[in-house]
Amino acid sequence: MSGWNARLGVVLFCVYSLMYAGFVFLNAFWPDSMERTPWAGVNWAILYGFGLIFAAFALAILYGLLCHDPSPGSDVEDSH
Amino acid sequence: MIYEPSWLAIGVFTLFVGFTLGLSFYLGRNAKSSAGYFAAHGQIPWFVNGIAFAGDYLSAASFLGICGMIAFYGYDGFLYSIGYLAGWIVALFVIAEPMKRFGKFTFADALDARFHSRGIKLVAGISTLVVSLFYLIPQMVGAGVLIQPLLGFPHWVGVVLVGATVIVIVVTAGMVSTTYVQFLKGSLLVFFAAILAWIILARGFEAKLGGNDGYAFKVMGPATSVEACGVELLPADGGWEKIPFVRSRDADGRIVVWHVETNSAGEVTLRESQTVTQTVSGVFVNGQPLGRKPGEAQLHPVGYISRLPGDVQSTGGLGPLSFFSTLQQSEVVLWEKAKEKVAEADGGFTTIYYPKLTPGSRVLRPGEHPTFQGIRSEKIFDKLNFLSLMLALFCGTASLPHILIRYYTVKDERSARRSTIVGIASIGCFYVLTLYLGLGAMTSGALDVTNSNMAAPLLAKGLSEWLFAIISAIAFTTVLGTVSGLILASSGAVTHDLLMNVLGWKLTDHEQVRVAKLTSVVVGAVAIVLGILFEKMNVSYLVGWAFSVAASANLPSLVMVLFWQGVTRQGVIAAVAVGMTTSLAWILLSAESYTQVYGLSAANAWVPFSQPGIITIPLGFLTLVAVSLLTGRNISPAVVDGT
Repeated sequence: MSGWNARLGVVLFCVYSLMYAGFVFLNAFWPDSMERTPWAGVNWAILYGFGLIFAAFALAILYGLLCHDPSPGSDVEDSH
Repeated sequence: MIYEPSWLAIGVFTLFVGFTLGLSFYLGRNAKSSAGYFAAHGQIPWFVNGIAFAGDYLSAASFLGICGMIAFYGYDGFLYSIGYLAGWIVALFVIAEPMKRFGKFTFADALDARFHSRGIKLVAGISTLVVSLFYLIPQMVGAGVLIQPLLGFPHWVGVVLVGATVIVIVVTAGMVSTTYVQFLKGSLLVFFAAILAWIILARGFEAKLGGNDGYAFKVMGPATSVEACGVELLPADGGWEKIPFVRSRDADGRIVVWHVETNSAGEVTLRESQTVTQTVSGVFVNGQPLGRKPGEAQLHPVGYISRLPGDVQSTGGLGPLSFFSTLQQSEVVLWEKAKEKVAEADGGFTTIYYPKLTPGSRVLRPGEHPTFQGIRSEKIFDKLNFLSLMLALFCGTASLPHILIRYYTVKDERSARRSTIVGIASIGCFYVLTLYLGLGAMTSGALDVTNSNMAAPLLAKGLSEWLFAIISAIAFTTVLGTVSGLILASSGAVTHDLLMNVLGWKLTDHEQVRVAKLTSVVVGAVAIVLGILFEKMNVSYLVGWAFSVAASANLPSLVMVLFWQGVTRQGVIAAVAVGMTTSLAWILLSAESYTQVYGLSAANAWVPFSQPGIITIPLGFLTLVAVSLLTGRNISPAVVDGT
């Protein structure tokens, strides 16, 4: 895996982890906040949950688009 | 409920299983070598591998367990969906490409790539076996659950049938056939889940007084007291004293059990409940012998909406968002099991299931299922239990051996990455649908109060016999796909890691495949026994355990080996051993094991909360760092560089 791919992976992992942690901590410490219905009569628990699933897909696509692949025959740089 | 075998379902089921086995025998021609048997020669196309990821991952827990939990408790089951999917982010961004680069056949290959240590092979092999067995139990339980309504056989027959079929699949063609079975299952599962969700939305909601058999449960009151509700009460003798249930006799002489509900104004309402009484002379349902003949009874199906917004009778078709907003303003009748069984004078015991009117807003909020009720508690340990479970789900996916070995079946790192993206898309799509399926089942009037795992197939049965036949067959294939992957991961760990690398067996390529096939038969047999023993446990709950052990034992070493040059072989061995043993010990000493496995009081549990991840995952990382720092100076630079 190229150093660029590894760094990109770590950055996107951190972004998603923050979103996931936000969801988990809101549920754990402010569960009542998830009952509010900010949009279309649907509560935060569902909106945030769906948001996390769609965000996972969006970030996965972004990662796939931005990743570099080594050209055939070239040495693969190991960043780890 | 008494389940009747459906000939249509049996026909579709036989077709699916026959096709799956035929595919296995056909593909078996390409799996004569160990590279073919364990890793399909690394020639699986990335798109097929991506869908096979879904087929491998979307297990009985996802399909039966999550739908069942949502159907009985509401939103909480969806928390599993969110956690399971989030785990794929770790797999894609951190694990996928290095796994493909370092490994060959097993998870231990990647962990041991820099060290060539028998100790690492040993602990990683054992960890693979432990995690796979934990994961196998719910799959086998799910198989038994499916077979009951499908073929009318008892639970154990379903478990044996799945075990035998999977053993044939794995023994005939290894990873090639397993991959295509998983591809088939993943595609069909997502497609038909979407069809089911579409039908649920098109049907909308309807207000009812009972389930699909047309029986309307009676309600008496509200009144100022139980006596004023207008039923002639039987004496509260034996175990019927001091419980919120009373009994009366109806015009036919049948005993009716009522749940006593008192509102904030002190008014009493009696709601007709359902009972199952086990006595030495047999099983009685609602006071009558279990059966279909006149004078006999079976449990009524449940799960319905009692009031819709605007007090309309039905809503007609709903959109993806108006489905939730309508339910949010409705009133749902959920059924609960009374905490304690009632001891009868003749030595028998009665289990009571009672209706509970629940506002839709409560159904759609977290914290109603016993596993998640802790988030509404003031106790910090209850909150830690929730955080711990969500952490284990996040970290567990990328640590599951049967998922990790899928990275060896594609040709390069780019294919590994692309297949993970396809996996995330298909798995994410399915998990969005689980909320519709679960809530659809909750309001379908088809639920069996005694078995949450049957919610999805019974939902399909309530819609159409054809759909039930197809969904049941797919669910059965779901179990086949996941169990195949687990058995393959286990047989690889035994053959490749433990026998060849640890015990030093010198096996030819042909012998490796033969030993792996023998191992598959043994692991399959163990899985069958465990599946029968754990029949009554919710499959999602059991999978939560597997994730905790996998995340605690495997993830710390896997991540640190990839990202820190200071890791030593002693550090890896210690981290896997400590993570595995502490998480297992924690689970076995937890309140949930005490109540659900040993039948003891939760108060006697040794650990303060049930989910180990929040303690044992960091402990795995700390152990690895501490032992690596202590032993690092003995390691030559050549070993550290992996050269």
